[in-house]
Amino acid sequence: MKKASILMIIGPLFLLGLYAFPLWNIMLGAPQYPEPLGMNIHIDGIRDVNEFDLQNIDGLNHYIGMRKLPKPEEMWEFSAFPIVIGGMVILGLVIGILGFFKKVGYQWFMGWFVLMSILGVLGMYDFNAWMVDYGTNLDPNAIMKLSNPDGTPMSYKPPLFGHAKMLNFDVTSLPSTGAWMMFTGMMLILAAFFLGWKTRKSKEIEKP
Amino acid sequence: MKKYKHYVFALLGVSLLLAGCGNQNGESSSNGALSSSAAEKVYVAPGEQDEYYAFLSGGYSGNLTVYGLPSGRMFKEIPVFSQFPTSGYGYSEETKPMLNTSFGFVPWDDAHHPDISQTNGELDGRWVFINGNNTPRIARISLSTFETEEIIEVPNSAGNHSSSFITENTEYVVAGTRFSVPVPQRDMPINEYKGNFKGALSFISVAPDNGRLNLEFQLLMPGFNYDLSHPGRGKSHGWFFFTTYNTEEANSLMEVNSSQNDKDFIAAINWKKIEEYVKNGGGTKIPANYAHNVYDDHNHTGTSTMKKEVLTVDPTKVPGAVFFLPTPKSPHGCDVDPTGQYIIGNGKLSADLTVHSFDKMIAAIEGEKFDGEAYGIPILKFEDVLAGTVKSGGLGPLHTEFDGKGNAYTTFFISSEVVKWKLDTWEVIDRKPTFYSVGHIMIPGGNSRKPFGKYAVAMNKITKDRYLPTGPEMEHSAQIYDISGEKMELIYDFPTHGEPHYAAGCPAELLAPKSKKIYRLTDNKHEFATISPNDARVERNGKEVHIYMSTIRSHFTPDNIEGIKVGDKVYFHITNHEQDFDVPHGFSIIGQNTSELLVMPGQTKTSIWEPKKVGVWPFYCTDFCSALHQEMQGYVRVSPANSDIELSWSLGE
Repeated sequence: MKKASILMIIGPLFLLGLYAFPLWNIMLGAPQYPEPLGMNIHIDGIRDVNEFDLQNIDGLNHYIGMRKLPKPEEMWEFSAFPIVIGGMVILGLVIGILGFFKKVGYQWFMGWFVLMSILGVLGMYDFNAWMVDYGTNLDPNAIMKLSNPDGTPMSYKPPLFGHAKMLNFDVTSLPSTGAWMMFTGMMLILAAFFLGWKTRKSKEIEKP
Repeated sequence: MKKYKHYVFALLGVSLLLAGCGNQNGESSSNGALSSSAAEKVYVAPGEQDEYYAFLSGGYSGNLTVYGLPSGRMFKEIPVFSQFPTSGYGYSEETKPMLNTSFGFVPWDDAHHPDISQTNGELDGRWVFINGNNTPRIARISLSTFETEEIIEVPNSAGNHSSSFITENTEYVVAGTRFSVPVPQRDMPINEYKGNFKGALSFISVAPDNGRLNLEFQLLMPGFNYDLSHPGRGKSHGWFFFTTYNTEEANSLMEVNSSQNDKDFIAAINWKKIEEYVKNGGGTKIPANYAHNVYDDHNHTGTSTMKKEVLTVDPTKVPGAVFFLPTPKSPHGCDVDPTGQYIIGNGKLSADLTVHSFDKMIAAIEGEKFDGEAYGIPILKFEDVLAGTVKSGGLGPLHTEFDGKGNAYTTFFISSEVVKWKLDTWEVIDRKPTFYSVGHIMIPGGNSRKPFGKYAVAMNKITKDRYLPTGPEMEHSAQIYDISGEKMELIYDFPTHGEPHYAAGCPAELLAPKSKKIYRLTDNKHEFATISPNDARVERNGKEVHIYMSTIRSHFTPDNIEGIKVGDKVYFHITNHEQDFDVPHGFSIIGQNTSELLVMPGQTKTSIWEPKKVGVWPFYCTDFCSALHQEMQGYVRVSPANSDIELSWSLGE
């Protein structure tokens, strides 16, 4: 249980990476943009990959009537996410430390993992909803109005995960360093749970 | 470069071969394979980039052109001494001061010899310098913005020809006068030239951190014509060499009268000695009046200051600093090899090249083996300083560059050819014709201690028959030779703008990574910048109206302006809010008596418009900026001079 608790203490610390590294990355490349434009989505706001990328993405998007990319103060998520992540780190540490002193059982580790997973899924859902709104809720006075072959208005929603072709752009949307660190941290916690469960089991076997 | 489609080359090669038949020494007819590789050698496929930058002087265009090697593609024309309507250089309020001189606004010059800055004798890619020949000036161009940053006028000089060459740590850029003139200028009979006119050799220092120029001293030499020059390097660092003609000091029918002496001179100047003399208080300050123009890319503005004094040095007052090396006959080019040992003087009226030895020169000076003097300056004995003679059999040798492998390449104007010869042995290795009448030749770094001896570019004066005719005048032609092998191979012809004299080249990797892509709007310190579109406004001050305008794809802010009157002087201060590489916006308005402006991302430029007619007049963006470029326009309402319409401006109302 000690080893498992140590993992439970280390695991949440990986989430701190989200304060330094982007959670998600979206790149827009085209033959005439040999250096693709890109945005890094951090928990506290959207930033350029290369300087002025956001300004230039907004410049392109205004033709099709997309809103400007939100500033941190324009979305509640960017102030809530850092608090939620911070809370989860502290909660995880507390559980780990209590586990170390055998005040709580390994089940709590799973509890943390499940809570984090739910929050993660909610976060993804929110992110996707934002992209749907951003890519379909277009200015009716937009300069260019494009429709699909079936006549429905074209959506410019970037893919949640992976690659999509949008007009002449290749859009790639993938988790970035922060997300991978979070993933690693969560795997450690999963490992902590299994380790805790195994030691518990072996102790049960030893008892009789 | 990558491998390409060989069929294309074969076709190109055949067409080259056909075009070349009959005028390439008959070699090409049996060299089908060679010809096809020539096309391959210069082909830079779409998306690929050239290996070298080449900076060709624009001669009477007054500018500097940037080409790629080996493709021969022209990338840019950098305005230097001439007004340039393409960008508004010399028309915008910010750049007009750059063309100020003691003669007032001089919007043209004859740009001759570019030279790239060096550190320890190797190209460092910070700046390129070029001279204005007609109204003597030296310009410094930034190699990160590729814009002219500074121009200094050279007083007491006329025909600023033997420049702008730099010493091996860019300590000085020299400006030697081609024409000797009275110093100071005065009203006197022309036929009293002899003994009265002076040749000023100016040493302009370059500040190592920001490149600022300062005319440190002028050496007042005898009244010869100072034709070309080169700094010593390596062991001869500290010396500068100038070819002279008209040592006869003739003042009329020069083509005959200045060609009488069998030998003219190369003037060898120990500038370190003169620098020391000056630092110890030597020299005489005399009144002068010359412009010093500086452009600052933080406030995007040029300023012109008039300087009132210059320090002159009499060479006879600094013993051991100046010597004459006799050189046959009317030498033109003056080139120093990469080791600094050999000084090559090419007699433009002779068939041979004369090569002087620096070591022998020093020995002769130490042994005081003089052969008389001229105006108190010792003349060394020809035989004592001669390292060797290249017996070439060509006619009219002009200029020499080096490949860093012990070979030299000399152009022959009259016999139109490039001759490759070996240093030390003086034997001719190869010769190839040029088409036609070649002046300078350039090997990237060929003017430094570290040449990149892969290509040589010959700059020809005459182009007839090389391209489709374009009336009586054609652009001049340059030719690229592959010099990587023992024999030279002509691989490409390309047209050049103006009359290129000299050129300077360097590896692309030295410049491309530090080339500026935008000006940061947040760093824009222009006095009249509009940093936010919310600050866009129009202000009246008497008859002057200042319009503070911003641009972004695809509109001006504001785009409707009313309250302007006939007789007003309207200043458009335009700030480009783009922060994207290569997205300038243009501005022009009907009836403007200057030119349009091309405003780079993050930059501010000012243009004056003096409306003469009542009406509603459009302005528009001249640089195709976006899909809505055509809509990037606006109107100015011009009312009668006595009208009382209030100034107003708007966007989207």
